[in-house]
Amino acid sequence: MHAGFIFLAVIVGSVLFHIFTPWWWTDIASNWGAMDDTINLTFWIGGGVFILVCLFMVYCVFKFSYKEGRKVEYKPEDHKLEKILTIATTIGIIALLAPGLIVYKNYIDTPKNALHVEVNAWQWGWQYRLPGEDGILGTAQVAKISDDNPFGINLDDPNGKDDILIQSDELHLKTDKPVKILLRSLDVLHNFYVPQFRAKMDAIPGIISYYWFEPNKVGEYEVLCAEYCGVGHYGMRAIVIVDSEENYENWINEQETFSSLIAKQDNNKLKTTRIAKNNN
Amino acid sequence: MPDEYNQKNTPLEAQSSETMSGSSGSTTDIDYVRPAEVPEQDLYHGHSFITKWVFCQDAKVIGIQYFLTAVFTGIVGLILSWLMRLQLGFPELVPFITAEHYYQFVTMHGMIMIVYFLTALFLGGFGNYLVPLMVGARDMVFPYVNMVSFWMFFIAVCVLMASFFVPGGPTGAGWTLYPPQAILPGSPGSGIGIILMLVSLSLFVIGFTMGGLNYLITILQARTRGMTLMRMPLTIWGIFTATALAMLAFPALLVSCIMMTLDKVLETSFFMPAIIQAGEVLDYGGGSPVLFQHLFWFFGHPEVYIVALPAFGIVSDLISVHARKNIFGYRMMVWAIVGIGALSFFVWAHHMYVSGMNPWFGFFFATTTLIIAVPTALKVYNWIITLFKANIRMNTVMLFCLGFIVTFVNGGITGIFLGNVAVDIPLSDTYFVIAHFHMVMGIAPLMVIMGAVYHWFPLVTGRMLNERLGKWHFWFTFLGAYSIYFPMHYLGFIGVPRRYFEMYDSPYVTSATGLNEFITVAALIVGISQFIFIYNIITSLKMGKPAGKNPWKANSLEWLTHEVPPTHGNWGENLPVVHRWPYDFNVPGAKEDYITQTTAPSEVLGAEVEKT
Repeated sequence: MHAGFIFLAVIVGSVLFHIFTPWWWTDIASNWGAMDDTINLTFWIGGGVFILVCLFMVYCVFKFSYKEGRKVEYKPEDHKLEKILTIATTIGIIALLAPGLIVYKNYIDTPKNALHVEVNAWQWGWQYRLPGEDGILGTAQVAKISDDNPFGINLDDPNGKDDILIQSDELHLKTDKPVKILLRSLDVLHNFYVPQFRAKMDAIPGIISYYWFEPNKVGEYEVLCAEYCGVGHYGMRAIVIVDSEENYENWINEQETFSSLIAKQDNNKLKTTRIAKNNN
Repeated sequence: MPDEYNQKNTPLEAQSSETMSGSSGSTTDIDYVRPAEVPEQDLYHGHSFITKWVFCQDAKVIGIQYFLTAVFTGIVGLILSWLMRLQLGFPELVPFITAEHYYQFVTMHGMIMIVYFLTALFLGGFGNYLVPLMVGARDMVFPYVNMVSFWMFFIAVCVLMASFFVPGGPTGAGWTLYPPQAILPGSPGSGIGIILMLVSLSLFVIGFTMGGLNYLITILQARTRGMTLMRMPLTIWGIFTATALAMLAFPALLVSCIMMTLDKVLETSFFMPAIIQAGEVLDYGGGSPVLFQHLFWFFGHPEVYIVALPAFGIVSDLISVHARKNIFGYRMMVWAIVGIGALSFFVWAHHMYVSGMNPWFGFFFATTTLIIAVPTALKVYNWIITLFKANIRMNTVMLFCLGFIVTFVNGGITGIFLGNVAVDIPLSDTYFVIAHFHMVMGIAPLMVIMGAVYHWFPLVTGRMLNERLGKWHFWFTFLGAYSIYFPMHYLGFIGVPRRYFEMYDSPYVTSATGLNEFITVAALIVGISQFIFIYNIITSLKMGKPAGKNPWKANSLEWLTHEVPPTHGNWGENLPVVHRWPYDFNVPGAKEDYITQTTAPSEVLGAEVEKT
């Protein structure tokens, strides 16, 4: 059999696979539909180029297979053709790059009204912190972390007192409300990634990175760590629940603030010292 | 058509008869070639077995040593990939693969294949064998340093392999070795394993610098008479540019290895910020993990082209020879290689779009990355235009070239997805990335390596490889590899993250189980089919058809030695004199369908050769 047929089958097979694939995007649940659109655009332009180049190659293979004494073109250069190809490629590249950069501009510009959520990652788990009524997260430091202060919040920062602490891997978000994820890591690199939201960013110890999205579908989503973080990487999952406004308010009212945590701990300490004294 | 030098040098006619005495053929005007500017090199001829075959200073033997060592590491890498695929396709089938082991396999597979296999094979293997032959030199300019270069590489490989046998095993930090996790106890092999890896890489860089300086200076200084830069085969242009990149990029790897070793051993904090692990605040503080990523990718991205550019060059030559047609747009091909090489130093942070670096960098690096697509696309066009109105021999070499074009275009286009920052965000760290880089810098360069082995085996051994076995080998490899990596992109679309030992039962990935099983089976088949290749090589060494001189009717100098296989010193008494580029195939008016580089214009008077 002529090799050209097999190459042709590979190209046709690729196209058919693409059309009939059962493996495709998860249903999007955030505002980043534009990312999907850019990908689709790249697919059309890039896929088109792939098919054209390969078909031309297959055509040449069929048409110009070795024959003794075949007349072969001797033409080292063709400036006009080279110029046309350069310009056409450049235009194609600009058509792909420009929309991509516009989408990216939106990605790094967080809306003013975005709800701030601090994601705390460690080997291997997650916890979250939300600003209290003042809307500002208190400053925090890795060195200050202790059993009494799981987020390492600076005790003398008044903004931190009303911060809402969620020491669980289940995070609730309000639907149709933009959220700015502020990423902190206590040890190594991690990445807070929900495939349905499309967006992701690494968490790096020592700095605070961020990204934003607007969840727009009520439901429960799995969080995957998307940056290799050691042997427990694959087990580092969490849950995001996108709530309606009402359910979200109910949930947040049940959560503990930093000051109430301190008060509770002081109480406990008081109790233990009293018990200790009594025992003596 | 008259030769370029003829026009320039007519006034020097008197000088020419004297300087031409060394060259063969006629001494008429149109054959004038400038005289040599430096005297010939003195070579050390080994006499004992050890100086001839072990500590040998002949670049050809060193090339074969590099080749065989690299192939050995490649086989180790292949076996590691099987183990990984078994875990991904059929979890729990092989009970001894724990998560620790899995991550060690991933890490060692990646590092071996990229650095110790592909880089060493292209530059150390093909570079050593072909550079002196193709530019018409007797050997590399520093044969002794060249020998040391190989032995440094050999020690680096030994250190790397030793890490399999130390307590805790080899490092499992991922091939990118990102700190902090690379040197903290949460990763496998974070004790001796990571130190051996860093030492091995440092040795590799040192050894490689010795080899690289040799390639550069040999190409710049030791070309034979008439071998102008614009008459060099594209193979040499590819190796030359890749080596220049390596000389500039590897130092970044070396410093990051040294700094990380210090962080590990002396607890400095180049890359280590304040960290709390298992409730304990560590003695680190103030370092930046992102700094390591910048250094690593400042090496890592040019590294992609260190592998790709020699492949581009070699495949251009293979296509031209076996399509019996000049490479289309030679000058553009040269400038594209050089341009891609230069641009490759301005794109590194496209590996870091979601790394937490300043997000404004994204605009710059997305733009530079997509600019690099233009010269790359032009090279692809030139390859396929070369096939147009050609006379294509459909042999194993050509099949591998065609396989290269398909896989390279496929992988190049998925590169445009990942280079465009907004598109990269959902796809980064998923299987889309794995599929992309395996297609573009795994399979595509491998296609070239295999094609090149079929092409140059007759030169190295004097015997042909078996065509029938070669074709079976090609189809198993090409179709198998394509069916591994083409569907794998779609796992990335689902969002399946890379470096997951196990997916458990995440709702959207259960549908991928069948696909994972299929990929694993394909990977096993592709791996096993490489034994056809090894069998072919071993049997052909003894029983292959004798090749004779220049069996492919090629033009470049390596085929024009007095003896086949070429002996130490390459050229017998006189160095060859070059009169033209290596792509004069099917020149109108010429009797044969090829004119070798040493053919003087007066020998092919009727041929309408274009000026080169």
